[in-house]
Amino acid sequence: MNSLGEQIRAVLPYQRRNAASFAVLAFAMVLTLSAFAEVGLARDGHIPAGLFTIGGGLVVLALAAYFVQAKFLPYADPLLLPLAVALNGLGLAMIYRLDLDTSDTKKAAQLAGKKLIKDAADAPGQLLWTFVGIGLFVAAVLIMRDTTKTDAPLSFTPKTAQRYTYLTGLVAIILLLLPIVPGIGAEINGARVWIHVGPLSVQPGEFAKLLLVVFFAGYLVNKRQAMSLIGKKLGPFSLPRARDLGPIVVIWFFCLGVLFMQKDLGTALLFFGLFVSMLYIATQRVSWVAIGVGLLAVGVFVATQLPFMAHVNQRIDIWQNPKPYFDGGCLLDSGKVVPVNPDTTIYKREKAAGSGYPGFTACAKLGGEYSDSRQLMMGLFALGEGGVLGTGLGQGQPWQTPLSFSDFIFDSMGEELGLTGLMALLLIYALIVQRGMKTAVAARDPYLKLFAGGVSFVLGLQVFVIVGGVTKLIPLTGLTTPFLSQGGSSLMANWILIAILVRMSHDARKPAPQAIQDEGMTQIVSTR
Amino acid sequence: MSDFTLTLIKLAFLAVLWLFVIAAVGVIRADLFGSKAATKAATRAAQPPRPPKAGRPQMAAAPPPPSRRGAQGGAPSKLVVVQGERAGTVIDLTGVPITIGRANDATLVVTDDYASSRHARLYAQDGQWIVEDLGSTNGTYLGRTKVTRPMPVPPGVPVRIGKTVIELRK
Repeated sequence: MNSLGEQIRAVLPYQRRNAASFAVLAFAMVLTLSAFAEVGLARDGHIPAGLFTIGGGLVVLALAAYFVQAKFLPYADPLLLPLAVALNGLGLAMIYRLDLDTSDTKKAAQLAGKKLIKDAADAPGQLLWTFVGIGLFVAAVLIMRDTTKTDAPLSFTPKTAQRYTYLTGLVAIILLLLPIVPGIGAEINGARVWIHVGPLSVQPGEFAKLLLVVFFAGYLVNKRQAMSLIGKKLGPFSLPRARDLGPIVVIWFFCLGVLFMQKDLGTALLFFGLFVSMLYIATQRVSWVAIGVGLLAVGVFVATQLPFMAHVNQRIDIWQNPKPYFDGGCLLDSGKVVPVNPDTTIYKREKAAGSGYPGFTACAKLGGEYSDSRQLMMGLFALGEGGVLGTGLGQGQPWQTPLSFSDFIFDSMGEELGLTGLMALLLIYALIVQRGMKTAVAARDPYLKLFAGGVSFVLGLQVFVIVGGVTKLIPLTGLTTPFLSQGGSSLMANWILIAILVRMSHDARKPAPQAIQDEGMTQIVSTR
Repeated sequence: MSDFTLTLIKLAFLAVLWLFVIAAVGVIRADLFGSKAATKAATRAAQPPRPPKAGRPQMAAAPPPPSRRGAQGGAPSKLVVVQGERAGTVIDLTGVPITIGRANDATLVVTDDYASSRHARLYAQDGQWIVEDLGSTNGTYLGRTKVTRPMPVPPGVPVRIGKTVIELRK
């Protein structure tokens, strides 16, 4: 009387799938290189130099990662690494393609003696970060290698993190707080989520995401029984005891408070979703999902009522009706939106008066809140331009959208690959999440189950929040698109995430050790 | 380069992208239903005929699939302690996992010197109850089999934890 899954596993135990993994990885490399080739052929009529330098760089890195994984974690899931490489490669190709066009604009700006565009697509930089990211993957696989000796030097498996549950929670909070610290924190594009480390800017929130999963998993695995069984019944819901729920609610309020202060709504939404989903996985109670969605509704309502959270209202307003805000719109207290784009007279008047930001000052005089939906609208235009089949890589104009290489890279992909390409990209993400959830289901240890489930859920939610944002399904919030967006912190954190999943899948798929004494068949004696 | 060639290149790239996705799904498919290579490897591994693994006698004793479906219809509804200090205790099975052990936070607290504080866990999966040993000192026995990995518990089969014996009943 086994479940279907167990029956399948009994006749078909998990195999080493290194050959299949290598084949899919080779396919991912072909995909990346052909993306580079298409960019060059369409733009300049010949194979681009970037195919050999940047595309070749990725191929070498991916091969190194594959061999380390095959050597030290032979039973690992065959798909996680190739899928991540494919996304990373497609992102590199798109950033390379944007780099070619923005570098022309950069040169023109330089010749005209204008200020350089500070934030621009930077393919060599992204390759460097890919190098660091895959380097971290390799290092993580080596540190977490499968060894029979538990006291081997530098032996650290995902399970080891369970010992440091509260410490990890503390480190996550410190990482989230760092950007507020004056001196090292920095506000870029309206969100205070960056810190300066020497010449680099790092987003500590990306790493805090992983650490919070460790904390929630470690905490909930101890308390889940108490949380799901002990408590008062309130109609269909059962409320857990305050002492079981207390610490987790405290840390959750803390995270959300910090994130609202930093105006980083995307990360707040991400952490909230993580919190609810992990509670659900741990307790198997649907009432948690209902409580979570209710809390979210209350949070959004409170945020729209608070005067210092005006940007939440703006985001929601832009989401519902972006048109009046194009190139600048002014939300008055009455709820009316007055356009203050360069075609309006008030804008021209302010400009004639010598204001540096005419739209902004015009709006200030009207007594409203200034915001601009240019980015979102341009992204939507790009998607419309792409249509079903897209313009083809190198043949569209995705660089016209601000931040087309980071927050809006999904729209850039949509312009050049069309709906057909976007569906394939979303499927690749879905497959990564599915492999992660499959690892969670197959894992034998409850802690690792929670860990793998949380980590893969957070990846899927992140894709939903940013892709939903740039396609105007939900209000736009700034998050990175995993593996595609330009940026070091995101790449590093996501490669570590893949390494952790790979390690856990190796544990889950490894055949159980054989008993020393083979007792043979045992008959069940019915006692009835 | 002519527009026609560019369109061909564009479509070819989209085709490669989708083929990649399909190849990835194919690998998952092989994981679930077996591929030629995997089956060959499995038969090669099974060539020297070995007695079945120690952890698998339950499967051999399991009734054929049709009767399994019949058994699912009458899923157990309560857990009964038939032997030991707490003999006679009945716990309703609602789908919520049940822990057994000496610890105060266990669902079924047994005062038994031979039980560990967190001894075993019973949880529902796909309409049947699974017993899992939580690393106990003296082990958990399903019938006469030591529970070394999660095993399904048929109704009426005794599960022994220390001196306590429990049964699932319809």
